[in-house]
Amino acid sequence: MALLEVKDLKVRVEEREILHGLTLTVNEGEVHAIMGPNGSGKSTLSHVIAGKPGYEVTDGQILFKGEDLLEMDPDERAAKGVFLAFQYPVEIPGVATMTFLRTALNAQRKARGESEYSTPDFLKKVREVSKSLNIPQDMLKRGVNVGFSGGEKKRNEVLQMALFEPSLCILDEMDSGLDIDALRIAADGVNALRSPGRAMVVITHYQRLLNYIVPDFVHVMSRGRVVKSGAKDLALELEASGYTQFEDA
Amino acid sequence: MNVAVAKTGNGRAVSDLFASAEGRLPGSPGVAAVRREAFETYERLGLPHRRIEEWKYTDLRALVGEVLPLAASPDAAALKRAAEAVKAHAFEGARKLVLVDGVFTAELSDVKALASEVSIKTLREVLTNEANPAAGDLLQTVSSDAVISLNAALATDGVVVSVADGTHLSAPIQVIHVATAAGASAFTRSHLRIGKGVRATVVESFVAAGKAGGYQVNDAVILWVGADADLAHIRLMDDAPDAVNVSSHFVTVGANVKLNFFNMTTGAAVSRLQGFITFSGEGSELSANGVNLLQKTEHGDTTLVVDHAVPNCVSRETFRAVIDDRAHSVFQGRIIVRPDAQKTDGKMMTRALLLSDEAEADNKPELEIFADDVSCGHGATAGALDDSLLFYLKARGLPEKQAQALLIQAFVGEAIEQIADDGLREHVIGIAERWLERRS
Repeated sequence: MALLEVKDLKVRVEEREILHGLTLTVNEGEVHAIMGPNGSGKSTLSHVIAGKPGYEVTDGQILFKGEDLLEMDPDERAAKGVFLAFQYPVEIPGVATMTFLRTALNAQRKARGESEYSTPDFLKKVREVSKSLNIPQDMLKRGVNVGFSGGEKKRNEVLQMALFEPSLCILDEMDSGLDIDALRIAADGVNALRSPGRAMVVITHYQRLLNYIVPDFVHVMSRGRVVKSGAKDLALELEASGYTQFEDA
Repeated sequence: MNVAVAKTGNGRAVSDLFASAEGRLPGSPGVAAVRREAFETYERLGLPHRRIEEWKYTDLRALVGEVLPLAASPDAAALKRAAEAVKAHAFEGARKLVLVDGVFTAELSDVKALASEVSIKTLREVLTNEANPAAGDLLQTVSSDAVISLNAALATDGVVVSVADGTHLSAPIQVIHVATAAGASAFTRSHLRIGKGVRATVVESFVAAGKAGGYQVNDAVILWVGADADLAHIRLMDDAPDAVNVSSHFVTVGANVKLNFFNMTTGAAVSRLQGFITFSGEGSELSANGVNLLQKTEHGDTTLVVDHAVPNCVSRETFRAVIDDRAHSVFQGRIIVRPDAQKTDGKMMTRALLLSDEAEADNKPELEIFADDVSCGHGATAGALDDSLLFYLKARGLPEKQAQALLIQAFVGEAIEQIADDGLREHVIGIAERWLERRS
């Protein structure tokens, strides 16, 4: 079943069109990689799906489980099961990570008409997940991402993904700023979340990440469009030939 | 200026105010003379207005206009409503001293429990003691202005608390001012003498009973902190949204004292806390912090004058204002370093969070330094909530209001976390959370 359907999407940022009619369909259980050079519109796509302000959709639509995603506020999208792992997770001084996680999880559950987690149940769940991601408990007491290393910030994103159990995960340049060890831990965390009911869109500039998170499909974006789609081998092809062939497309 | 005052429309009412109140004002003939003199000072000055530098952002003449008549002594029905308010606002475990409409109310207070550790009298008691020739001194302060003079003239009651040297209080003292009346004013004045080596926590709360509103509060606190004492002084101004509260604090800090002061404003249409804190002994540390949470058209002013009159003292001020709608927050912080006060370390940092385009923050830091070997500084910022933080929280499922609330709590948390006691900090956070829930 189609989870995400992006149809002929055109997006502007302040008078400049960034996406010129992008189409993409992601089914349940699939992992799609979106690759492309800087400025091709990869991050814009992820931001528009998550509902970041500042982007004007001039044409096309985005359906999520058949519903019009563009009509929803970012928090509604999250509650419906859309999760964006940020390329640069923000630091929020004064908001303890634990408080943030509980508030967010319960807000999503409340929006879905589900009962809120009790504190002991929540703590148990967080402990389980954070242990598997090698996240020390004292990190959870600190302000959200405050003083976290690049790797810790990304692990915190994966922790949230595991807690919120979204049906669509968009990973925006998850490998940026990570060394191999940090990347491996984060990728292992992501792989553990792969399931038949969950889809992932992995946005990356480099093929390297796809050695760890192996996609089912690869799309190449250039100048605001998907210019080529294929199986996972396409990524290796790109690694050898580079993006130049698409620049003139 | 005086001529202008005499011509104000309420000049007539001002004289009536004292004449009608005089019969109810406690005090020996000596005290009455002090009151009369104070009232004459007020009459001459009138309510402070924008042309007086210290009041330029808080023009009481424009904001308040007139002083309301003295509230009647609370009757049984008022006391019943006051009792409910006390219950709702009491800090768990604290020993209470309750003033209702400006009158000390023993039956709502924990006098017995307190009496084992501290000496308690009421202002009324001291002022009416014919045998005390110095009673009138309780109405005098080291400096004065129109509102302090008016307080001296009209103070009906207050608490006079003395904590003996070396006492470690087993529980906080909470002075609760309850307003039950509408359209009336309460004038109170309290004296707190904290002995040498004392460890204590004093909480002051200003609250309304039930639907009481449109009242005015004018309070004064005269506080002495003895050498080596460790005092936490928390003031929570949570009055009715249409009330007026003008309070003045005079604090004298002895040697090697640790004084942790915190004020939070979450109510009143117009409020001002003016604190005058003077170091009189070396080696002391003052942490003076505050939060203004203002909405609708509220006006909240925190004015602190920290006087380093002696060397080797440290003062730190952290102030946060959250301003919504068309509200107006004022912070005036003055640090004075006298010529002899070498090695003074005085710093203040104030930040304002503007939640609406029409919100206003005025910030006036002043450093008056007359010594040459000091470290003093101040900083100020004002801005809106960070959109990137808001989006992150919303992308995690928090609705706009809840995302804002979390960020606002974090913002004021920097000041609230200066309160050392966990329970008290939670109590304060609870009041801030209720303010957040009231946001439209």
